[in-house]
Amino acid sequence: MLSPTGVAEAIRRGWRSPLRGPRLTSFLGLMLLLSLPLVIITGLLDYAAYGPRFGQAFPTHVSWMRLPLFDWPTRPAWLFRLTQGLHVGLGIVLIPVVLAKLWSVIPRLFVWPPARSAAQVLERLSLVLLVGGILFEIATGVLDIQYAYLFGFDFYTAHYFGAWVFIGAFVAHVALKLPRLIATLRRGRVPTPEPPDPDGLVASRPGPVTVGRRGALALVGGGALLLAALTFGQSIDGPLRRTALLLPRGRNPGNGPNGFQVNRSAAAAGIQPASTGSAWRLTLTGGGRSVLLDRAALLAMTQHTARLPIACVEGWSTMQTWTGVRLADLATLAGVPEPASAHVTSLERNGLFRQATLQSNQVADDDSLLALRVNGADLSANHGFPARVIVPALPGVHCTKWVASIDFRPGGNG
Amino acid sequence: MVRRRPAYGAGAPHAVVLLGCFTIAGWAVFLVSGEATVWRMALWFVGAAIAHDLVLFPVYAAVDRRLRRATRTDLGNEEGRPGRAAVAADRVAVLNHIRVPALGAALLFLVFLPGILNLGDATYAAATGEQRVSYAIRWLWVSGALFLLSGLVLAVRLARRR
Repeated sequence: MLSPTGVAEAIRRGWRSPLRGPRLTSFLGLMLLLSLPLVIITGLLDYAAYGPRFGQAFPTHVSWMRLPLFDWPTRPAWLFRLTQGLHVGLGIVLIPVVLAKLWSVIPRLFVWPPARSAAQVLERLSLVLLVGGILFEIATGVLDIQYAYLFGFDFYTAHYFGAWVFIGAFVAHVALKLPRLIATLRRGRVPTPEPPDPDGLVASRPGPVTVGRRGALALVGGGALLLAALTFGQSIDGPLRRTALLLPRGRNPGNGPNGFQVNRSAAAAGIQPASTGSAWRLTLTGGGRSVLLDRAALLAMTQHTARLPIACVEGWSTMQTWTGVRLADLATLAGVPEPASAHVTSLERNGLFRQATLQSNQVADDDSLLALRVNGADLSANHGFPARVIVPALPGVHCTKWVASIDFRPGGNG
Repeated sequence: MVRRRPAYGAGAPHAVVLLGCFTIAGWAVFLVSGEATVWRMALWFVGAAIAHDLVLFPVYAAVDRRLRRATRTDLGNEEGRPGRAAVAADRVAVLNHIRVPALGAALLFLVFLPGILNLGDATYAAATGEQRVSYAIRWLWVSGALFLLSGLVLAVRLARRR
């Protein structure tokens, strides 16, 4: 009969890699310590960019689990492109580092007995949150940006609260392990295999060295570079976009002025051609009156052209030249020249993003437009014909397409 | 204070840090507890760790063990024997020139799985306005290129050693 202790001892002797040891683990830990906070911060900034004060950031009820409320700026115009591109791009690039880190400490998983004190029990439980958390975030994120919602729960809710579980466990892990990381890296060069360590990371009977520690780290870095090379194309326009070979947004959907990435097709949004034709009217409300405008009337107003990126929460983005009427001009027309906010509604009936509320600075920006044309041509149906919103640094889904009405809401004290 | 220490097994800061960790996790769980899909989320959370620790890791470790056996690099240090060092070094080079592209191909498969296996066609079409085309061929090409490149570098290295 095999006792658990016997099995554990057999497993312990079975770890043969001469690479494992505190120094390798510390190197990998340091890489994640320096990079993961950037993924966390950009993720939380993304939530802020959605405008939680208007109840339009998902999940809606997060109590204190968010950054303090602030007005998302419109400048620099590439702000959201940068923060979200980094969140997704860096998140993908770090996958090999995370996997290597887990590989480096996996013998700890099979230690017997699993814990010798209450402190160890709690610490191991926190590691379940740490490891489960990072893998859960990676899995849901990677599936989401590739439109494979295999998980069957709401992505926003799961990814957001999963992130908080991870953040708590990550902070705790860093607090408990940082002194050891520093001490290990200060010790200077050690041979491969490393001298025996109290945690038992170093193999008791190491096998022959086939890759050195530096080689292993280079391999991890190479994996990260490979993923970077195949990911960052989704944030670049032109022929280089195609370098995102294996991602949905590595494709260039056709040529011509409207030949750029679509986030939600007119068909999926249930937009009928009849509702966007000559019968279409834009309704402006605010200040107790409403103004109806057809497309010809909008085209007769002062037109403004702006070159702005449109960036998606999925990390991809594209820069286009938009032409249309300034939102500020429409606000004036509606009788609310300096609105506290503006509520934009789409012709779309059912989507999560059929409406969006814009902050005052987002209405006031000189480049904030109700776009009628893009790259010198009328918007296509998939890009929001007859009219769509485009605001600098605003998440793509809040640049409402197929706009039906805009309600300009006056400020509390004028 | 000193008396309680053996019972817990670590200092007070340790307990405080972990208390903070579990408070945050508990609060997050509390906030999602109203969701109908909360158990599914929990399943994926734990499942992700199990899938990595008890499936992915054993699989790639077993593949690597086979590779080491096949290239006879698991036999131990033969540098002691005259004339054997060069052979051993060649074997390690062969092993690593298989390992590197294999890891690259596996990594890409893991990360870009939905595109390669054509998962989620309907959501893809709704989002992009286009039909999903399988990236399986592209993945094979990239993987093939990694193996080819690795093979060429190996050939040059072995030729130089002669």
